[in-house]
Amino acid sequence: MAGLITALILLPLVGALVLSVVRDNFARAVALLFNVLTAALAFWSWRTFDTASGGLQLIERHAWVPTIGAEYLVGLDGLSLLLVLLTSLIFPFAFLAQRSGRGFCALMLVMQSALYGTFTAQNFMLWFLFYEMSLIPAFLLIKIWGGANRDRAATKFFVYTFLGSVAMLLSFLGIYLAKGTFDFATLTALGKTGLLTGNMAWLAFAGIFLGLAVKVPLFPFHTWLPDAYETAPVGVSMVLTGVLSKMGVYGFIRLLLPLFPQQLQILSPWLLALAVCSIVFASLSAWAQSDLKRMVAYLSINHLGYCMLGLFAVTAPVTRPPLEMQAALSGVFMQIFNHGLTAAALFYFVGLLEQRRGARGLNDFGGLMQRTPLLCGWMSVAMFSSLGLPGLNGFIGEFLIFKGSFPLAPWPAAIATLGLLFTAIVFLRAMQALFSGPLAESCSTLPDLTRPEKWIVVPATLLMFALGIAPQFLLNILNSTVIQMARLFA
Amino acid sequence: MISWITANLWLIPIVPLGASLLILGLAKSREKTAVALAVTGQAAALLLSIAVFLPTLQVPGFRAVQNFTWFTFGEHALRLGWVLDPLTAAMLIMITFVGLWIFVFSKGYMAGDKNFSRFFAYLSFFSAAMLGVVIANSLLLLFVCWELVGLASYLLIGFWIHKPSAAAAAKKAFITTRIGDLGLFLGLLWLYSGSGTLLFYDDGNGCLEKTGLLALGATATFVALLMFSGAVGKSGQFPLHVWLPDAMEGPTPVSALIHAATMVAAGVFLVARVYPLFSLGAINGVTPSLTVVVWTGVVTALMAALIALAQSDIKRILAYSTVSQLGLMMVSLGVGGVAAGIMHLLAHGFFKALLFLGSGSVIHGCHEEQDIRRMGGLRRIMPVTFITYAIGMMTLSGVPLFFSGAWTKEEILHSTAHWPRSTVPHYLMMAGVVLTALYMTRQMIYVFFGNKGAAAEHAHESPSVMTVPLIVLAACSILLSVFLTPAWPWLHDYLLGETPHFDLGRLIQPMLFVSLALVAGGIGLGLLIYRKAGARDPVAEAQPALFSFLENKMWLDELYARTVIAFARMASRTSDFMDRYVWDGLVRGVGGLGQALGMFSTGFDERAINARVDGGASATRGLGRFVSRRHSGQIQNYLSAVAIGMLALLLLYAWLG
Repeated sequence: MAGLITALILLPLVGALVLSVVRDNFARAVALLFNVLTAALAFWSWRTFDTASGGLQLIERHAWVPTIGAEYLVGLDGLSLLLVLLTSLIFPFAFLAQRSGRGFCALMLVMQSALYGTFTAQNFMLWFLFYEMSLIPAFLLIKIWGGANRDRAATKFFVYTFLGSVAMLLSFLGIYLAKGTFDFATLTALGKTGLLTGNMAWLAFAGIFLGLAVKVPLFPFHTWLPDAYETAPVGVSMVLTGVLSKMGVYGFIRLLLPLFPQQLQILSPWLLALAVCSIVFASLSAWAQSDLKRMVAYLSINHLGYCMLGLFAVTAPVTRPPLEMQAALSGVFMQIFNHGLTAAALFYFVGLLEQRRGARGLNDFGGLMQRTPLLCGWMSVAMFSSLGLPGLNGFIGEFLIFKGSFPLAPWPAAIATLGLLFTAIVFLRAMQALFSGPLAESCSTLPDLTRPEKWIVVPATLLMFALGIAPQFLLNILNSTVIQMARLFA
Repeated sequence: MISWITANLWLIPIVPLGASLLILGLAKSREKTAVALAVTGQAAALLLSIAVFLPTLQVPGFRAVQNFTWFTFGEHALRLGWVLDPLTAAMLIMITFVGLWIFVFSKGYMAGDKNFSRFFAYLSFFSAAMLGVVIANSLLLLFVCWELVGLASYLLIGFWIHKPSAAAAAKKAFITTRIGDLGLFLGLLWLYSGSGTLLFYDDGNGCLEKTGLLALGATATFVALLMFSGAVGKSGQFPLHVWLPDAMEGPTPVSALIHAATMVAAGVFLVARVYPLFSLGAINGVTPSLTVVVWTGVVTALMAALIALAQSDIKRILAYSTVSQLGLMMVSLGVGGVAAGIMHLLAHGFFKALLFLGSGSVIHGCHEEQDIRRMGGLRRIMPVTFITYAIGMMTLSGVPLFFSGAWTKEEILHSTAHWPRSTVPHYLMMAGVVLTALYMTRQMIYVFFGNKGAAAEHAHESPSVMTVPLIVLAACSILLSVFLTPAWPWLHDYLLGETPHFDLGRLIQPMLFVSLALVAGGIGLGLLIYRKAGARDPVAEAQPALFSFLENKMWLDELYARTVIAFARMASRTSDFMDRYVWDGLVRGVGGLGQALGMFSTGFDERAINARVDGGASATRGLGRFVSRRHSGQIQNYLSAVAIGMLALLLLYAWLG
């Protein structure tokens, strides 16, 4: 079905244009309508996707600026499809969570379009265009609709990621000058034998690494994230953690791993150390937070740290049986999706609490279980999912990542399990503070979940259960891609 | 029918799980339906367990395995499965049977609770998870259910969530056991990569079978030890036992079911299940990992028995008793007495549930009083509770001949006597028997004998919904002996896959007299010390320092709070501090540098370029710059820095390329 991906990218943009002529009251409805359409398209592409083939599908290729090797080339493999589905899932969720005017909705839709583009583009120039296109709406959304300290947080977010992007762009210009192509597939093929040589290779590697490490973020490039997530309005936080943070991981898998296997191997111990630091320190920092949003933000760093652990383990310079590599890669992919779902849900719940109480500190609540049992119950499910309780979605990804990483990098994986412990401590501490004990005076009038809220919470939670109990339907999308990638690094 | 049920073993946990979900979906007010669902689910699980028990009787060492693919990642299938063997079948019967009576008891005990229905939903959920642990034929499935059991325990300890102490105890239990679970998780990973499978039995390719064990080789010791750390957490072994006494904050039926009869036994069960890993490469039945198991058990058993002597909360005494008995089971497994350890586990399930329910009946009768010093003289007021409790007490102490606990303890002492490494555990476990009899005698005297205490004034016997389960469990504690005697060691041989023979001549073993002497010594000593005990404990009067040491649980909680917990807390604060000031400071420093570069470039603009343009243009520009300054955030400055940086890098490329 040609044109499917282009339609997916264009639809939200059309939606943003339509929004300029509708009234504020209808903005959210229009945005949601367009999200129904994109979801339908995403679902359609899932149906037409051939899970047996590991290659690109639904390819569209048009000349764009031939003189600099820029092509309009989009296509889907398992990983891209996974992220397209995630985007289509999280955005409506975020729109439902956030009351908003048309400016807000329009920017969100532009961001959505950029994300579809990022996850499907197969040519660097095109990819970079979309990658940057997502940055500006995110910046504006934080800057205009954010809470306290929004200016500082927005600027920090922008400068951090923009600097990273510039470094990445320069690296790719260098690669282009040397090899004369921006095409991912061609570059991947060249990457096996070493794309560049000597200092050039290291310089290019450093540039791309920096850009992506900031985006993920990887310790110690993470300090923009808690500020940005804390300040951003709930819907934006959900998208930032649910989808935008995956751009970095996606970049690692799509660009860095295939293009610079030698560099990654040489640096492997250091990179693994950074991943472990992300996991352990972020969960420790989360423990020290009293602001719920900041706490969830730190745990987001922690969870993406597991993805990084899996990826760096796959590139570690040891004999790598395909079983372990496939386990780690499958785990990373599953973690991408599961974290997107769970973290977005957690931000949603924090938003519900904040909306009711007007505050979101751990100490602003107490004894909620007596007043709002449904809210507490469903929120607990999301928390247990995030701390990796078996039976819920969070466990599958983490188990597979550790299953793959442990034989490839035993010590980093073993130390990283500390993150599992600290995450549990953080969430149990939060549950104790929020739900248990005598009902706090200030919470004695809070309403429980309303009917519309239930309509959001219940499907999201059911999806968590489905992914935790029978994850095969998602793994089916990924398996061929996983096999192919594992072969690439073998 | 029989082959159908063995192939569909999963039905056993699924039935209570379904009951649990149904109850959660019910309206809060439909309490009768909730009880009916929970009890029916448990009874159905019991019937199914009996149905799967029957085929295991036909062939000694029966084993039926059913494996299936959970999901496929890459080219590999992750398989799970369930197994039916004597160990599974015996555990299934114990859990469903004891569980059923605890469910019934709860109907009376929890009457009038605001969240009555939810309690039964959680209980059923727990039962489902525990049954899952028992039938699992894959370490992964076992781990999954193991964690769910932990969740159920968390929910039930913190059931009275409005009590801050209950919430704290629930958190402590979950986190402490998770520390052990990290070890189990690593052991699982290592086992998976070492043997290539997590299935226990798989037609000769499982990790407990020849090929798997061969592939694992010497690493089996480490795998076994890591897995043992999970067992240490779950079964309340030293040094992770601290959560179990606090778990008594939960309603008493929870203590009976989870923290006495079933869940805490999961650690012992795990060691028994993966015993081939522990005993791989054994010389004379001794391996390094088994030696660790023995000594952990010895330390735990004695330490907990000593602490039990100085507790005054009726449930905490039983909690420490549980810890101590679990230690004893570990010792038995470690010295090679697998069957003896499991026999004790099964018998313990019955009599410890009986004791806990009895204590629940006492607490209920004394209007929520738990301090044994405020009780006394209850034997006339609560005769049924008294008699059944006395039976439980004698079974736990190991009074020979008529009580199941005595036979299993005798069996364990037999095993420890033959451990080639050392005889110390044997004698220490004998001391443990004396201590057990001693603290139980103390408890009996304080609760049921002597003068009526303050709490006994308005005490009353419990309703029959609570006493009937007591009677049933007491009867079982006695009747179980039939299967345990050396004359007809049915359970022992059943578990080991041998055919039992009846030989009355074996009934009286020398160890019987030793046991008799030990128990008599313990009870006699107890009578001597506590017969005329007043409000103050006689031991506290004679040895105040020692008593206070034991009363405060050897200060272990305080020690942990000052060391491990304080360290972790400090690490978390440090990490937060680093983020806020060091890493972020660095970034701001770099940002500041960029800003400085930007200013430099502006200055360069002004002096080097501006000077050359004519005045009018300059004025316009100046105005423009003035305006733009007003509008300038930091971004332009950053961007100009970026531009300079870009230029520099391009030059660098040109130079390198």
